[in-house]
Amino acid sequence: MASGGNYRGINQPQDGLFDIRLIVNGVPRTARVPSRRLLSDCLRHDLRLTGTHVGCEHGVCGACTVLLDGVAVRSCLMLAVTADGARITTVEGLTGPDGTLSPVQQAFADCHGLQCGFCTPGFLTTITAALHDNPEPSPEEARDIIGGNLCRCTGYQNIVKAVLRAAELRSAGPGRADGS
Amino acid sequence: MTSLFGEPIARLEDDRLLRGNGAYLDDLGHDALAAAFVRSPHAHAMVLDIDVSAALDVDGLVAVYTYEDLPGRVAEPLPLLIPHPALTHGRTGYPLAADEVNYVGEPVVMVVALDRYLAEDAAERIVVDYEPLPAVVGLDAARAADHLVHPDVPGNVAGHLIQANGDAAAAIAAAPHTLELDLYVERSASTPLEGRGVLARWDIESRRLRIWTSTQTSTGVRAAVAAKLGLALADVDVITPDVGGGFGVKIMHPWPEEVLVPWAARLLGRPVKYTEDRLEHFVASAHERGQRHQVRVGFDDEGRVLGLDVRFWHDNGAYIPYGLIVPIVTSTQLLGPYKPGAYRVEFSSLYTNTVIVTPYRGAGRPQGVFVMERTMDAIAAELGLDRTVIRERNFIQPDEMPYDQGLIFQDGRPLIYDSGDYPAGLAKLKALVGWDEFEAERAAARQAGRRLGIGLACYVEGTGVGPYEGAHVVVETSGKVKVATGLTSQGQGHQTVFAQIVADELGVPIGDIEVVTGDTRAFGYAVGTFASRAAVMSGSAVALAARAARAKAIRVAAAALEASPDDLEIADGIVRIKGDPESGIAIGTVAVLSNPLRYAFDEAARAATQFAGGDINAPPVAEGDEPGIEGREFFSPLRSTFASGMHAVVVETDPLTAEIKVVRYCVVHDCGTLINPRIVEGQIHGGVAQGVGGALYERMAYDETGQLQNASFMDFLMPYVSEVPVGIEIDHLETPSPLNPLGIKGAGEAGVIPGAAVFAAAIEDAEGIPITSMPISPSELFSLREAWHRRGTGGEPRENGGHGQ
Repeated sequence: MASGGNYRGINQPQDGLFDIRLIVNGVPRTARVPSRRLLSDCLRHDLRLTGTHVGCEHGVCGACTVLLDGVAVRSCLMLAVTADGARITTVEGLTGPDGTLSPVQQAFADCHGLQCGFCTPGFLTTITAALHDNPEPSPEEARDIIGGNLCRCTGYQNIVKAVLRAAELRSAGPGRADGS
Repeated sequence: MTSLFGEPIARLEDDRLLRGNGAYLDDLGHDALAAAFVRSPHAHAMVLDIDVSAALDVDGLVAVYTYEDLPGRVAEPLPLLIPHPALTHGRTGYPLAADEVNYVGEPVVMVVALDRYLAEDAAERIVVDYEPLPAVVGLDAARAADHLVHPDVPGNVAGHLIQANGDAAAAIAAAPHTLELDLYVERSASTPLEGRGVLARWDIESRRLRIWTSTQTSTGVRAAVAAKLGLALADVDVITPDVGGGFGVKIMHPWPEEVLVPWAARLLGRPVKYTEDRLEHFVASAHERGQRHQVRVGFDDEGRVLGLDVRFWHDNGAYIPYGLIVPIVTSTQLLGPYKPGAYRVEFSSLYTNTVIVTPYRGAGRPQGVFVMERTMDAIAAELGLDRTVIRERNFIQPDEMPYDQGLIFQDGRPLIYDSGDYPAGLAKLKALVGWDEFEAERAAARQAGRRLGIGLACYVEGTGVGPYEGAHVVVETSGKVKVATGLTSQGQGHQTVFAQIVADELGVPIGDIEVVTGDTRAFGYAVGTFASRAAVMSGSAVALAARAARAKAIRVAAAALEASPDDLEIADGIVRIKGDPESGIAIGTVAVLSNPLRYAFDEAARAATQFAGGDINAPPVAEGDEPGIEGREFFSPLRSTFASGMHAVVVETDPLTAEIKVVRYCVVHDCGTLINPRIVEGQIHGGVAQGVGGALYERMAYDETGQLQNASFMDFLMPYVSEVPVGIEIDHLETPSPLNPLGIKGAGEAGVIPGAAVFAAAIEDAEGIPITSMPISPSELFSLREAWHRRGTGGEPRENGGHGQ
């Protein structure tokens, strides 16, 4: 975890439930959850942020990827209580304050990088984090960036293009929100 | 105004989905009760006893249901959706197992609780006592019939069908050359990223049922559930939310869960939701592809097929609700672009103790194309001729269109190809892949110790099957246009392409058009999204409905402008006199005028009120006319329209490890007139990736007891980006269909169809070893090499597969 030291102690359980605090897309949020509640379920069903999707429940497909303190993680492999105190970015938080699509989102629209859209939020968050670390990926690096996410619709062709296009948009447009 | 038809415009769907504002099934119904299912752990067993007592202690449990609890028609077997005279022993399952289970994953107990965690807590405490029975797994066991899946189905044969055109046996007997092939294709599955799911809400006050389901056919679910629950169609709404991929598996309906969830919601008076998990999707939805084929072919010295006899066995799983569609498609579509002198095909559809089979993208065509293209390659090898030459000699020629193959297709209609230019397609493919230059390339690679191989495969795909689709187009008084069609969307971009059609036909800006699909409230008559039919069927219906709305708008505007309708046009949302941009009326105003009013509820409406003018000697609404600018039309074509295409792949096989690498992948594709090339290419990309998966990675690894050994994304090797070609090179051919108003043919399934065939051909070319079973893994290729070397016959592999390329 990029900032694991920020985590504070969790409140004592009440009726087997834990009160957790998260900063999600810049907004402080609280939830009362059982210890076994997955972070993905907490985001989707407790906080009603349903843009994060669950495709396999075992960390393989990447659809549930969110940014935890800026790092891409699989929210179906993490308990909500474990994320207590963390700063989380979901797909809903990628757009700019004025509602402008982020460079990665815009690139997917430009390149026809999505079809059914179910896996897309996981790609968007994954690529957002990766471009933060590597703003100018080569085509090979673009493929590596998305190498852990499954898509059944696109054959990945236009997603690879979208990674490269996002890098262009990102470097061309200062001040664009990228959620990281 | 420039035409949008044919333009690669960006999708209208994307903005919403990119912001995380999509609404897929599990994104809905946060306050609904959750359902979970106890499923059979046995492939074949009697259910002796169900003890639910331990589950009753679970806090948050709401209800537990077994078969004994199901009333009336809910307790009857699920419908056999597609009957056929050849389906003599059709069997379907019960929503919950009655006394016998026939596959691992079959639902036995339904649990409803406050949330899914609690429902699963309860489900795992339920104890079911089974008496295991011998499991029939795989085609060999099904054919041997030492054990039966259903005791009253002899030989495990659900159905058996023979079709023939000419006397194939006599033609083969008289042919100068004959060959026999044994060809096998393993099971795979659609595997959308979103599984199945259903949410139902019973409205106590209005006594109406509302169902949201992740389906490819909302009207089918509506009719099936209404029948099961004894409700009038008018009292059931089915809404298809965003659907996270279908690829065929979501055409099956009703699933057990689609009956049980609405039933429980009505019984409990509370909304109930079921969201399938990934394991359930692997074991309890549907698979496809598993078939074994025996081919006998007779041909002349030039390689022309004189007679073709194909016998095959189709593994339909434990039940056969979707009928014989898949094997019928294989048996008819394997003919591809060719015209054998005589053809006979015979298949048996067999029960096994595995999950059911329903169409998966391609729907029997990948197997059929594998059979035909392997046969063409074998003929080329036998005669020492170039593989493209053999194909050219067997092609149906453009001047022979329409071409009658003399068989009955899956829609019960004659298999008549409407249009196509196969020689032109092959010429394009040869140029695209550099077929004639490849021999030198392969030889140079050999010099460097590398093994390259090239393969090609051709297909013809019957698309846009009937019976019909319809559409409704209405111009709002704001000028906005609402379009509705009943079939569903799973990511194909229907909203975009239908809006492109309406923008052109009606003459309005695309930004003013809103398209709704798969919602019975908006359009109640529909068949569904499958068989590459949405663009052909609903696209045509949408065009016709828009034309009707346009004609009405012109007529109303002509009266207002005191002009002849022939002198009017609609451009940019303005109805105007041709060539006089200043003369027009906004189409929204025309909508106001079309609806005579008593009340001026807003400023615009004043123009349509009774003292605002009009002919006082005529009724405000003329006889036979109706208010509003609307069009509602149906499209029902005579027959399917036949798309076609050809793929070529260059592979490299590792001499030591037998690893198979894709070097190039080329596609020539003909889906008639293109509405949106960007979307068509996206469909091809996705199909090709699924073809790669089916050829090299994906299989359903059932053990002999019927346990699926690879029921997760960890073990079922769905391609990541690292497994798909780095580039897919595409060239289009456009031979318009004469069977619909837009000249279009379906495009959704095409990319996957030649996958197994084209890879088998390329690997065979690289290795010089016959490839007769797909998919093929590196270890299987390694074993084939060893077996080939052990053969006494010549020892060394044929150079270049002996295909004389």
